[in-house]
Amino acid sequence: MDAPTKAKPTPAQASQPASLYAAHVKVYPARVQGRFRYAKWVFLVVALGIYYGLPWLRWDRPGDAPDQFVLIDLAGRRFYLGPIAIWQDELYFVTGLLIIAAVALFLVTSLFGRVWCGYACPQTVWTDLYLWVERRIEGDRNARMRLDQGHRNGAYWRRKVLKHAAWIVIAAATGGAFVLYFGDAPTMLADIVTGQAGSWTYSFLGILTFTTYALAGWAREQVCTYMCPWPRFQGAMLDENSLIVTYRTWRGEPRGKHKQGESWEGQGDCVDCRQCVNVCPTGIDIRDGQQLECIGCGLCIDACDAIMDKVGRPRGLIALDTLAHMQKAETACAALPPGPARQLAGDTATADRRIIRPRTLIYAGVLAAVCLVMLAAFLMRSTTELAVLRDRAPVYILLADGSVRNAFTVKVWNKGYEEPHYALGVEGLPGAAVAVVGAPQEAATIATRADGVATNRVHVTAPAGARLPESTRLRFVLTDENGQEVVSHDSVFLAPKR
Amino acid sequence: MPTKIEKDAVTGKMTTGHEWDGIKELNTPLPKWWLYILYGTIAWSVLWAILYPSFPGLSGHFRGILGWSMRSEITEQMAAARAEQAPFLDRIRAASLEQVRNDPELLAYAMAGGRVAFADNCAGCHGAGGQGARGGFPALVDDDWIWGGSLEAIQQTIVHGIRNTQDADARLSQMPAYAGVLTRPQINDVAEHVLSLSGRSTDAAAAGRGAAVYAENCVACHGERGEGVRDVGGPALADAIWLYGGTKAEVVAQITNPRMGVMPAWGGRLDEATIRMLTVYVHTLGGGE
Repeated sequence: MDAPTKAKPTPAQASQPASLYAAHVKVYPARVQGRFRYAKWVFLVVALGIYYGLPWLRWDRPGDAPDQFVLIDLAGRRFYLGPIAIWQDELYFVTGLLIIAAVALFLVTSLFGRVWCGYACPQTVWTDLYLWVERRIEGDRNARMRLDQGHRNGAYWRRKVLKHAAWIVIAAATGGAFVLYFGDAPTMLADIVTGQAGSWTYSFLGILTFTTYALAGWAREQVCTYMCPWPRFQGAMLDENSLIVTYRTWRGEPRGKHKQGESWEGQGDCVDCRQCVNVCPTGIDIRDGQQLECIGCGLCIDACDAIMDKVGRPRGLIALDTLAHMQKAETACAALPPGPARQLAGDTATADRRIIRPRTLIYAGVLAAVCLVMLAAFLMRSTTELAVLRDRAPVYILLADGSVRNAFTVKVWNKGYEEPHYALGVEGLPGAAVAVVGAPQEAATIATRADGVATNRVHVTAPAGARLPESTRLRFVLTDENGQEVVSHDSVFLAPKR
Repeated sequence: MPTKIEKDAVTGKMTTGHEWDGIKELNTPLPKWWLYILYGTIAWSVLWAILYPSFPGLSGHFRGILGWSMRSEITEQMAAARAEQAPFLDRIRAASLEQVRNDPELLAYAMAGGRVAFADNCAGCHGAGGQGARGGFPALVDDDWIWGGSLEAIQQTIVHGIRNTQDADARLSQMPAYAGVLTRPQINDVAEHVLSLSGRSTDAAAAGRGAAVYAENCVACHGERGEGVRDVGGPALADAIWLYGGTKAEVVAQITNPRMGVMPAWGGRLDEATIRMLTVYVHTLGGGE
């Protein structure tokens, strides 16, 4: 069987009405060693380590919430990150994190190309892990191809069952780790194992087990090529100065077999060994130029470098390079015949790699601005908040002595774990009496709830004989024991028409 | 018109054997996966019909072998909710009203429970926020009480009601109609006097003449200076709050042919804990004494 590359239409097919359906050609990526592969392993271990390990990181936290460093408490409407507790009304901090992540992705892409796709994307990481398992059980590329084409005998089924079992265990661990972020990890794990966890837990565990198994085991590169929107619009972040994985045509062509000891005159460095195609996780031929399917992982670079070492040519026939440099080199060596002289001309033609350019400056600027705004908002966030809702029925109360009273519901958010008492006062209504239902009449103090919201009924009474307009602006003020203003809220005081 | 099944030269597909005016139908069966999903849903519906309430019968309907019903589910949920409420309600029953009023936790529970019970039972006459309504439905948010605004007095009023016929212990007060007792000028004078008690009179001479009429007819229930007598349910006349309106015409009408509201007794209708929560809720509306 020929190496599985994506089918290109033959001239005969081209005369027919084009079919919009492309049958899937299974990709059997070969094992490879080198710098990029090493970087991918390091990233895989770190990323998966964080994903699986983070729920087990403990953090001593006051209150009833579990002592877990990262915790999304859906029932309590809180997001915990170590000492930080984000309440549901502060969800914009999480939105801010997502915006920062998106702009950072834009910046990194415009600088280094598709490193997200090649190294950090969960699809890539889990596919890599699944491929590693597959290779351990079924062998490398050729062994796997033989197995799939051979007889369905006992050895075949033994390996297939073993592989899928291993995949499903990894998938279940992935789904299991996800749900652990939503509760106390040790308790949840025990509940899951003993069948006592809730139906939501099992549903999400099942869904993520299924998606992990299906996407990393079966769909693989098809997710990147057909499902993912990111490759479609990241072209907008790339330009001629971004790093992409390129095949240096001026150096490699004309390609062909080369016998050891023969001269390289008249021949390009590419010996057409197809190693770059064999290791590619998306099954493309990088020598066809830039392609949508390329995820920029650089494994073909590792494969080609190894071959170049073997045939005694300098590394870098396939390399991370910019289109600007490719253009310069192409021009510089166009007039020369194939061979080492031409390659030298191409190699020495350099294009300054412009890291600082309007695109990167704008992305960096936006990133810095969003980071600063979120940081400032976070540092200035108040742990105490006040909300005042005035009664609508009745809008005012006439008392026996002719004075007017308004009733309010006053809510105090306390995001700390202390329970301070605050004095409640009003400004804008001279001589007004403030009474908190349930508190001693003369004090008008408001008790707070640690890590919670305290709701109080408050009566504000204007003195008898005060000739009030229909509406008076009013400001509720919480003060601490030192008389310092903690927080305030505006409202109005309504009185009958005179 | 059936013809023989043959291979279509253009598409390479088989025909179904159906032909109309030379046009042959290609055999394009439904995709397998689609069919299997259809069969799956049919099997599912059969299973569903067996497990859950489904077919109507002559008497009632087939209840399903799981015995599930929406009604039993809501009953279970209500029972679970009641079980959660029970400890609080027990504490509210056991504590004195004063204790409930002073315990922040019980107070918050009673205010929340009382608000619901108030909206269900009381808001029709007394308004959604206890603001009362014109024409004799007293406001409960102010500090003017006809029968008293202490916790005990409020509870007494709720349990037994006012001027109703169901409860022997209902609060009872009766203002006589003065249409035949006093002359029209006398009624005018005493109305002026009543208005003067809160500084509203516009005719000092008439108010002065009315003082004597007031002393003779009204003092027993409304007090010497119109401060009201709660023991007999005589409303205060010297304050700013008027149950049946504070204009002179309204005061004259009330003296001539008084209207008196009726409140049902809630003792037999609501359980004890609800009445206690209502009592505390009304007490916290603003006028509790």
